[in-house]
Amino acid sequence: MGATVKAITTTEGTPPFHFSEAALAECKAIMARYPEGRTKSALLPVLHIAQAENNGWLSVNAMDAVAQLLGIRPIEVYEVASFYTMFNLHPVGRHVLEVCRTTPCMLRGADDLIAHLEQRLGIRVGGTTPDGMFTLRAVECLGSCGTAPMLQCGAKYYEDLTPAKADELIDRLRNSAERSNYTDR
Amino acid sequence: MGRKLLLEHDGKPGIQGLEGYRANGGYRSVEKALKTMSPDEVVEEVKKSGLRGRGGAGFPTGMKWSFLAKPEGVPRYLVVNADESEPGTFKDRYLMERIPHILIEGMITSSYALGANTSYIYIRGEYFYVARILERAIAEARAAGWLGKNILGTGYDLDIHVQVGGGAYICGEETALLESLEGKRGNPRIKPPFPAVKGLYECPTVVNNVETIAAVVPIVNEGGEEYAKIGVGKSTGTKLISASGNIRKPGVYEIELGLPVEEFVMSDEWCGGVTGRALKACVPGGSSVPILPAHLLFKTVKLEQRLMTYESLSDGGFQSGSMLGSGGFYVYNDAQCIVRSTWAHARFYHHESCGQCSPCREGTGWMEKVLYRLEHGQGRMDDIDLLWDIQRRIEGNTICPLGDAAAWPVASAIRHFRDEFEYHATHPTKVKDPKHFEKEPFVPKPKLATA
Repeated sequence: MGATVKAITTTEGTPPFHFSEAALAECKAIMARYPEGRTKSALLPVLHIAQAENNGWLSVNAMDAVAQLLGIRPIEVYEVASFYTMFNLHPVGRHVLEVCRTTPCMLRGADDLIAHLEQRLGIRVGGTTPDGMFTLRAVECLGSCGTAPMLQCGAKYYEDLTPAKADELIDRLRNSAERSNYTDR
Repeated sequence: MGRKLLLEHDGKPGIQGLEGYRANGGYRSVEKALKTMSPDEVVEEVKKSGLRGRGGAGFPTGMKWSFLAKPEGVPRYLVVNADESEPGTFKDRYLMERIPHILIEGMITSSYALGANTSYIYIRGEYFYVARILERAIAEARAAGWLGKNILGTGYDLDIHVQVGGGAYICGEETALLESLEGKRGNPRIKPPFPAVKGLYECPTVVNNVETIAAVVPIVNEGGEEYAKIGVGKSTGTKLISASGNIRKPGVYEIELGLPVEEFVMSDEWCGGVTGRALKACVPGGSSVPILPAHLLFKTVKLEQRLMTYESLSDGGFQSGSMLGSGGFYVYNDAQCIVRSTWAHARFYHHESCGQCSPCREGTGWMEKVLYRLEHGQGRMDDIDLLWDIQRRIEGNTICPLGDAAAWPVASAIRHFRDEFEYHATHPTKVKDPKHFEKEPFVPKPKLATA
């Protein structure tokens, strides 16, 4: 996604970052999968873990901790984190609703679903509700064209959505104690 | 009812787990290959099968395998491409989610054939939950002795790891995938060298799609010649088709190659016909292949029946044909707007361009902007020629095929639906309603017969 530039934040005002013991153990197990001298291969999976540990986004502090863990330069982490769509370089809501809008979903009513969610949440695509509960995004193909319209929230796919089903989902997420994250941990 | 080789046991109780999979004949190909065949004999069967890469390019798999360099003392790798991101395609997710062990089995047999002792599955990050399913399947297989050291007492060792991506269509391109697997941005590499010589960690590597590797299972079980009996000409075997859009029964279907397109769309066994007023168009092989208008979908320009094969779908070249591609088959009814859908395609490619080649980085953005303004009633007649000009300057001028993939949907839409683009330039008020063809379809100008 290099054609759309993502900027990283500064360290100013962001809390320090430390991996939890469980997360660190998981990272080390991943790092062991690669041949000697190739631990950098673990960068994407480790970034996912760091993001899940940091309220769903990658602060500079979190990325620096990843660099230190993998023994690579911070810039090697920044350039990767800013390339891939799933890494958030700014704080996000507790639940990020990612509605697929690519052509096959468009053919089955993705535009209507997005409009409904905008109205229901009172925000536009790209925005976060003032209570920090939801971020709404329109994203490109999630590989769920046969069950469109659909959205992803954390590791879960919600498919064959209708306005009523979307409302039900929002209510359920609002009452959920857990933050949604991709790693589902 | 056609033969099913990959989805034969789909939906049977317990098929997701090792026990249920074994009860339905699973892992026979591993026993057969490791105990009774040499690696070269496995490669030979794959060659005989005529299997072609199921990710979209359709390159003969046996030939790809035979290009693998085998220098002494250098490890070789099999990497499975599970970065399924081609719009319209969701077959690999279906297969991995419902029958994960068929991929693991295919990987063991294929890795043995290639002499690889470590193999990776690179799966798109959005499929995290599928990665968990695969991890469970790998753990089960390992506990039962199908993976690890000295498999079945044959002395062959293999480990399989699952790697999640970070959300980037470009990582489906095999060299971008390898870059990503090495922990870098997904920028495609300049070729040569090809991965078969210098791939993962600069070692000889084969990258194959999920469905391709799964197909190795029936090929080894029944023999390449048996597999090649299914299909037509150089399109052998079965293919998973992801069917979506305006049809009654969207889903993943395993078809024998050679099925007539008309039967696939209209029969209740498959898509079940078109929803809405009438069929307008179809993208038969994922968003990168040319769109076909209704009159060219069931019959070729020579009025021959169009078949679900690599050759028949591309009959007529880019003038009147398309491609089988990844089998991402999406159907448009006449309430849909071609300009709007082409804008969505262009937006997709702009978002997914890695940015290293200027024609693609800049051109995809320009196409998105021009298509946006046409679709939103701010376009001009000369925008159509401008779009044509931009796509032509992208095609063939980039390191990887993403540039072509971005150009073709735009070129084919203008080629077949130019009237509709002109309508957008001349009826700005009408097209400002996003559902401008919902009440009444667009009717193209009558064409004069040409000799």
